[in-house]
Amino acid sequence: MTKLKTFSIGGIHPDKYKITTDSPIQDAGLPETVYIPVKQHIGAPAKILVQKGDKVKVGTHIADADGIVSADVFSSVSGEVIKVEAVEGEFGYHEDMITIRVEGDEWEPSIDRSPGIVRDIPYTPEQIVAKIREAGIVGMGGAGYPTPIKTAVPTDKKVDTLILNGIECEPFLTADDRLMVEKAEQIIIGSKIINKVLGIQNAIIAVDENKPRAIAALSKLTKRYVGVNVQACATKYPQGGEKQLITAITGREVPSGKLPADAGCLVQNVGTVYAIYEAVLKNKPLFERIVTVSGDCCKHPGNFLVRVGTPASFLIEKCGGLCDETAQVLFGGPMMGTSAFNINAPVTKLTSGILLLSDAMTHKELGTDCIRCGKCAEVCPIGLQPFLIGRLVRENMFEETRGCHVSDCIECGCCAYTCPARLPLLDFCKLAKSELKRKK
Amino acid sequence: MLKISTAPHLTTSRTTPVIMRDVVIALIPAMIAAVLFFGLNALLVIATSVAACVMFEYLFSRYVFKTGNTSGDWSAVITGLLLAYNLPSSMPVLMIFIGAFMAIVVAKLCYGGLGKNLFNPALVGRVFLFISFPVQMTHWPRPEFMNLLASDAQTGATTLGILKHLDAQTSATALTAGQHSLQEIPGYWQMFVGNTGGCLGEVSALALLLGLAYMLWRRVITWHIPFYYISTVFVLTAVLYLATGDVRYEPVTHLLSGGLMLGAIFMATDYTTSPMTKNGQILFAVGCGALTVIIRLYSAYPEGVSFAILIMNAFVPLIDKYARPRFYGQGGK
Repeated sequence: MTKLKTFSIGGIHPDKYKITTDSPIQDAGLPETVYIPVKQHIGAPAKILVQKGDKVKVGTHIADADGIVSADVFSSVSGEVIKVEAVEGEFGYHEDMITIRVEGDEWEPSIDRSPGIVRDIPYTPEQIVAKIREAGIVGMGGAGYPTPIKTAVPTDKKVDTLILNGIECEPFLTADDRLMVEKAEQIIIGSKIINKVLGIQNAIIAVDENKPRAIAALSKLTKRYVGVNVQACATKYPQGGEKQLITAITGREVPSGKLPADAGCLVQNVGTVYAIYEAVLKNKPLFERIVTVSGDCCKHPGNFLVRVGTPASFLIEKCGGLCDETAQVLFGGPMMGTSAFNINAPVTKLTSGILLLSDAMTHKELGTDCIRCGKCAEVCPIGLQPFLIGRLVRENMFEETRGCHVSDCIECGCCAYTCPARLPLLDFCKLAKSELKRKK
Repeated sequence: MLKISTAPHLTTSRTTPVIMRDVVIALIPAMIAAVLFFGLNALLVIATSVAACVMFEYLFSRYVFKTGNTSGDWSAVITGLLLAYNLPSSMPVLMIFIGAFMAIVVAKLCYGGLGKNLFNPALVGRVFLFISFPVQMTHWPRPEFMNLLASDAQTGATTLGILKHLDAQTSATALTAGQHSLQEIPGYWQMFVGNTGGCLGEVSALALLLGLAYMLWRRVITWHIPFYYISTVFVLTAVLYLATGDVRYEPVTHLLSGGLMLGAIFMATDYTTSPMTKNGQILFAVGCGALTVIIRLYSAYPEGVSFAILIMNAFVPLIDKYARPRFYGQGGK
């Protein structure tokens, strides 16, 4: 193996806690009721196509993309729509959701449920993009940007490198890890599908070196698939950030304010690529995903195949329930995930993990004043100066933060993780970003 | 009841008090060296200085400035140790209290406390004492290895003092008053371990380097400031030495004598009074090195580390304004 690749500016090494790395993906089963949000992506919420009382099957189209930057939503269960109105979401706010009472498990007949792997790709690039759009696929690494827009690169830009993001640098999460171990060939075929759209022959699967089984499973197959290579990367946070990964693999940088395509790269999360394989070759829209249920307060952690809309509480019960020590329930990883107010909130297309954490692990003691150590600037993978942004934000000097390039912040949280004074540096950066966006 | 908070949900355990405590641990080897060479007098000076600094921090932060008691964050302990390390072991107790007052109350708390002071508190205390009490501050007890009850009556000159007043023409037996000869300069090894005259914490380069290794291992500081500071002094004196052959410019002696190691490792690396970014820190360290050499060689003072660092402290806001880090995707837009 060649030298491990990584990005050059900043980064941190939090403890890994990958306790579920050897747990095979299990079917989570069906809850009694699912709550399917109409907005599980960046962009406009999808328009609801069903009414109360409608019968739906698994894979039924229940909400339609509203415009280009939006995504279709599909039913993940069969049963009856019992409510089409706002329901309390993860943060306690009411969000538009389609509530379905589960009855049996009847799938749309168009979905190919046979276990065999399909290897032929008999479609044109346009047909492929259409199929991705019709399956409601969005970036499943967490960003939720609609995949068809990202994959159909504008003709004035030339993408020469496809990178599959198999870096799971968030502590605890092992969903992508297990997917690569168990569905290696489907992921590689998925990369060939994207290759066809881009008109190129190669793909690089980037995996961090703490996933030896995933690297082994993929490497075994790359001999049969010409042009696909596995690249081991250093275990460092935020190695899985799109910009950081592009720099690690190609040495190029995405210019400030531009897209990865401007650096000749397209990056897709391995979960998204698997969904593309299923959509294009198995006719299966995106209505289920792999979720890691873990945390230091989780009695029986594991990796599960979960239908979108399944309440987090259903998964938590399956894994032994909440215990006295559970202080926080997170959707996503502990670095970028959100802290849930309502644990009945549903798993969406973007939920990579449900984490039950103790107070000891998430405790944030009272900090001191900034001691000017400069560590936040040292660890920032974009080379920003979070201490300076924080000071400007506290003085309400939002316009000045523009000159600090705060808009380039990827919200990885390295600054706030590292700050010895426990300053909420990431919150300051997010506030500055939203203020600048509002004024523009 | 579930707790709600914003990301990131994990944070490092290296908080301000933990980092400050690490610096205190890194200062322990130098304390041991001080006691080995200057006896219990050194311990008395250190204990007085630390106690005075913590006391002033407690009293003034709590009752005068009313910013809340900040004496528990270990930073006053560091100031106390560093102030003591910058004094001769014969320093009278009352004067140490005056120095501690200048350091903690004037140089630190008057500016707003930890993180807001412009000048290194311990150095302000030292320079105030140096100007106010020049006799006591240049009274250098002779080091006596392993003699805990060493008296401070026997005095000698520091290496830099000898170099400053070097009279190469006179023979060792017929020195004019105040002049020194080359033979008085201790060997490199003696200077490295600390068997030499000087402030109690600065003499042992070995002990200070052990402290540096600990701080690097615990990632309290990076290597940049000590490396660039010490190399600048070495390179400048080496160039002068090679060009002139004058023994007063001898680079290794400059490296191992005076407060250079203490200053470069513990004073110039003070978070609050050094620049925030790596390139700023390099500029700062080179400036400290150049000023140290200029003051040592061309001013009336034999030693220039304290002045050099204090002068560069004043430039920190300016350096911070211009020394920005390279940011990702700079070419864009």
